Amino acid sequence: MDLDFTEQELAFRDEVRTFLCDSLPAAIARKVLDHRHLTRDDQGCWQDILAKKGWLAGHWPVEFGGCGWTPVQVHIFDEEAAAAGAPRLIPFGLNMVAPVIMAFGSDWQKQHYLSRIRENTDWWCQGYSEPGSGSDLASLKTRAERDGEDYVVNGQKAWTTLAQHADMIFCLVRTSSEGRKQEGISFLLIDMHSPGITVRPIIMLDEGHEVNEVFFDNVRVPAKNRVGEEGKGWTYAKFLLGHERTNIAGVGASKRELATLKAIARSETRAGRPLIEDAGFAAKIALVEIELMALEVTVMRVLAARGKAPGAESSILKIKGTEIQQTLTALMMEALGPYAQPFLPDQAEGETPVGPAYAAPLAARYFNMRKTTIYGGSNEVQRNIIAQMVLGL
Amino acid sequence: MDFGFTEEQTMLCESLAKFIEREYGFETRRTIQAGAEGFSREVWAAFADMGLLGLPFAEAHGGFGGSAVDTLLVMQALGRGLVVEPYWATVVMAGSAIRLAGNDAQKAALLPGIAAGERIFAWAHGEPGSRYDLAHVETAARAVGGGYVLDGAKAVVLFGAQADSLIVSARTSGAARDAKGVSLFVIDRKAAGVAVRDYRTIDGLRAAEVTFANVQVGASALLGAAGEAFAVIDQASDLGLAALCAEGVGLMESLNAATLEYLKTRQQFGQPIGRFQALQHRAVDMMIHAEQSKSMAYLAAMRLSGAATGDGDARAAHLAVAAAKAYIGRAARRVAEEAIQLHGGMGVTDELAASHYAKRLVMLDFMQGDADHHLARFAAMS
Repeated sequence: MDLDFTEQELAFRDEVRTFLCDSLPAAIARKVLDHRHLTRDDQGCWQDILAKKGWLAGHWPVEFGGCGWTPVQVHIFDEEAAAAGAPRLIPFGLNMVAPVIMAFGSDWQKQHYLSRIRENTDWWCQGYSEPGSGSDLASLKTRAERDGEDYVVNGQKAWTTLAQHADMIFCLVRTSSEGRKQEGISFLLIDMHSPGITVRPIIMLDEGHEVNEVFFDNVRVPAKNRVGEEGKGWTYAKFLLGHERTNIAGVGASKRELATLKAIARSETRAGRPLIEDAGFAAKIALVEIELMALEVTVMRVLAARGKAPGAESSILKIKGTEIQQTLTALMMEALGPYAQPFLPDQAEGETPVGPAYAAPLAARYFNMRKTTIYGGSNEVQRNIIAQMVLGL
Repeated sequence: MDFGFTEEQTMLCESLAKFIEREYGFETRRTIQAGAEGFSREVWAAFADMGLLGLPFAEAHGGFGGSAVDTLLVMQALGRGLVVEPYWATVVMAGSAIRLAGNDAQKAALLPGIAAGERIFAWAHGEPGSRYDLAHVETAARAVGGGYVLDGAKAVVLFGAQADSLIVSARTSGAARDAKGVSLFVIDRKAAGVAVRDYRTIDGLRAAEVTFANVQVGASALLGAAGEAFAVIDQASDLGLAALCAEGVGLMESLNAATLEYLKTRQQFGQPIGRFQALQHRAVDMMIHAEQSKSMAYLAAMRLSGAATGDGDARAAHLAVAAAKAYIGRAARRVAEEAIQLHGGMGVTDELAASHYAKRLVMLDFMQGDADHHLARFAAMS
């Protein structure tokens, strides 16, 4: 039993580090480390750099133009990129729809869409949730009716992350209302530029624009854009859920945030001493640090056991990973004391900060990150999954 | 990266698990625990036959040169079976101290007796006022003639009254809380001036308050260099902590399995209570506590094992052990409390094994430093 990477893995880690050092634009990394919002161009710029290197889809199999990285290599890449302050890659194309297309898509879909994802040409978003269908996803109502060579789609999706920038959306739609609610669902790939699609922003509690409502009004979608069989969409969606979980624990990003938290706690004071020397606050930091150590080993145990399909263990990683992320944002906010309160979302670069330079985004970020235990299957749904799949309750 | 075990490790685990399953049922344990010594000499002899009692010792001393990972496997299995025998006191704590501090003659004289199951040792270090401070030793050892005279008191010495010999820390110089000046001695429990007050612990073990009044020993009783024992105590303590963490993981596994079984069989409102989401989510959290605890116990054992062979970093091992005990101390308490709650009225009875597992799990936190203690250590080190 050991925790060591192999020599090849260490060499790969060095290669990733060198690449990040040479190629990650400093201005973008600075924004990530300072918790400032990234623009579409920031995100696109980094994904273009990776695409050029051939690493945007490094985890894809070689036959689909990836590097065929092992799970451990993917883990190393994610950890190193997070530590360096690289933007998180938008997962909807790379990690979510791509594995579904690889497994169930037609040759045309594979040829057309996969290369466009790999080369950062198309951005995707996910059309799953609806206003009335959150945790109970199978109750979705957006319907697609067959009309000649097309489907005609009507309905509404909600909480659609980055729909405002997306070129494509993969959608669960109801093609039949017969039988069990899971059985009438199909999986469509829809061009976001199609006539009849309207995107409306949903403004988050930190006043940020990440998610949207997407309305479909008689949107015509060619039947060749249906993945697999009609009525089997739920199966593909469940398959996708297993693949959504790459890097779900977010250990690398949390390690980076822990280091930031400690830096802030060294800079802040309580009773004339650095806050980090306050026994109560130090204990809070130590608790989350130990949780993170445990999670990192749990991730390694999951990686070492790979080979079997990703299953309920990813639910554990999601629950613990998001709890740790939230605790870290809460402690950073607490460390600020009264300077948690000022809200300066439009602060220009170089403008004199209110309070410490690191302060402004932290409370907003704390509120923003409440989303993590809700999205991707709320943590309560994750507990339902474990209760059913692992505990057999 | 490898979380597998060697063939030898797997075989050892399987034979121990089989033995516990066949010979160490809950009612057997109850009988053993209520007996005169509070543990079974027959079980101890069986452990010796399996090679468990010499596992960490060199082959020359009747052992197998096992690592902290081997100890983890044994302690995890002992935890699963809620085994009361003094493995931790004798093999892990006293055995480590002798192995790390003893000269060749002492190791040759003492370790084979442990490995063969012939001698029980206890670890007499903590004192009534020391709480969890490893350097806090007030028991005094004065150099007199060619030997030493000991005076003082040791607190909650596990199996102190059943042991043949005690490994005793005593101060040969310095002030009460100095790391420097602490020495270790091997003392016969029946030596003149040694008094033991034997009692039961809440979790079914035996312990004793041990006092030393003018206890005279020869120079050969000194284990290691005079005044220099702190490093050994610290190292033995790390090994002991990692072992307790592993025991905790085993205990959590068994208790979680029992709780799950109860949730599936106990009927209320016309259905198994495990159908209720309020209980399901609590069971899931218990399982997550156990998995995360296992990760921490593995981490501690792997780091200690690496540090012992010189491949790893001693500081990283120290840090991992503190983190693991801090984590598992809290997780163990949570799992214990939740298990009692989910068992309802049955959870607070003596009848079911569940409450006995819960008691052991909670008491783990009070051995070698509780979660707050190790959290503070971790915060100071990290």
